[in-house]
Amino acid sequence: MNSPRSRGGWLITATVLLALVLTIVPLPSGLGAFRPEWIGLVLIYWSLALPNRVGVGVAWLTGIVQDVLQSTLLGAHALSLALTVFIIIQLHQRIRNLPIWQQALNVFAILLIARVSLLWIRGLGGSAEFGWQFWMPALVSAALWPIIFMLLRGLRRYYRVN
Amino acid sequence: MRFVLLVVVSLGLMMSDYRQGLLDPIRQTVSAIAHPIRLVAELPTQLIETADQQFASRRQLMAENERLRNRQQVFQARLQRLDALEVENIRLRSLLDSSYDLEQPVLIAELVQVDLDPFSHVIEIDKGLGAGVEVGQAVIDASGVIGQVDHVAPFSATIRLISDPGHATPVQVNRNGLRSVALGAGRTDVLNINSLPNNADIQIGDLVVTSGLGGRFPTGYPVGEVSAIKTNPGDSFSTIQIAPSGALGRIQEVLLIRHEPAPTPQAEAGDDE
Repeated sequence: MNSPRSRGGWLITATVLLALVLTIVPLPSGLGAFRPEWIGLVLIYWSLALPNRVGVGVAWLTGIVQDVLQSTLLGAHALSLALTVFIIIQLHQRIRNLPIWQQALNVFAILLIARVSLLWIRGLGGSAEFGWQFWMPALVSAALWPIIFMLLRGLRRYYRVN
Repeated sequence: MRFVLLVVVSLGLMMSDYRQGLLDPIRQTVSAIAHPIRLVAELPTQLIETADQQFASRRQLMAENERLRNRQQVFQARLQRLDALEVENIRLRSLLDSSYDLEQPVLIAELVQVDLDPFSHVIEIDKGLGAGVEVGQAVIDASGVIGQVDHVAPFSATIRLISDPGHATPVQVNRNGLRSVALGAGRTDVLNINSLPNNADIQIGDLVVTSGLGGRFPTGYPVGEVSAIKTNPGDSFSTIQIAPSGALGRIQEVLLIRHEPAPTPQAEAGDDE
């Protein structure tokens, strides 16, 4: 992280923190289930762009903070975010070269896998009765991917994070 | 390799978190460090509220003040009667040799305006370890039971509502002392009782209060009113729906009841049988 050639770590930290804030910011009731997975999106972008800097460890730590903030089982989001970033890093060279809308499809599939892992963890915890709404965040996030991608890429280029 | 390691660590964490409060120190530390995130997330709501209060007209405020003062007087009057009743109750209880105290010390807490996990019924309040909040404390609002303290952090605590699918509240029917357990259904407007036989003496409109069994909730706080009884002739148990008295969907302020050993179950059981 602190090698002399890498810079802009503050930007990565700031976007992840902002994503954490957006994850718990109150929404009008009823919209809560449609909240995009901000943390997932931001981590996917950074691990896609800079897989050598943002890896599984960063994702896992962020997930632990999310678990504490949202008062879920400690380790649940940590596991699903680590899984997300792991898949991205395995596939980053392929996904990078895709057109944006195909990237969005990939993001959708990966976020679905992450949600399956969350569902499985909740099922072990005893309550796994969710309707179709449980899958909505993945859909909403994938729809937002082009915007997030452009925005973060713009920021990354402007501040020359590498 | 690192991924596999982290998966194993996560599974370990989840298991120990699920079983016991072993990980509370970790949770508390992370929670204290991450507290600024919570404060920032709360800002938009607070700004709106402040603006709202700033622009509330003088007349509105005076009207509200008047209304609250009237209510205060009504309550004061009722309280006088209650005092007498409490003394009488204590005297009668002492004759029966069972302990009972009406006036439990309470702590007022406000809701922190952040959204938690949308798929479980948990809320966050602004009092934590510093204010003496303890895990397992019963939480009520002005009209009924709300839930119990789930996790405590230095500056905040989370409360699991009685409507959470994983929560069960020991209750009794106020009219006849019939005891049962009310389960959360994942909706803020209904709780279920599944363990009463079809011929149980329970009617629509019955007030259901906490029974005090289990020691978490003190006896006699209103939980809700029976709103529907569904009897299926093929089953031996009916599904009884309760409309919660507490405003679970729109909580603003809550009261935390000091954790104290509940009246002994034996004495309680002896009362109504």
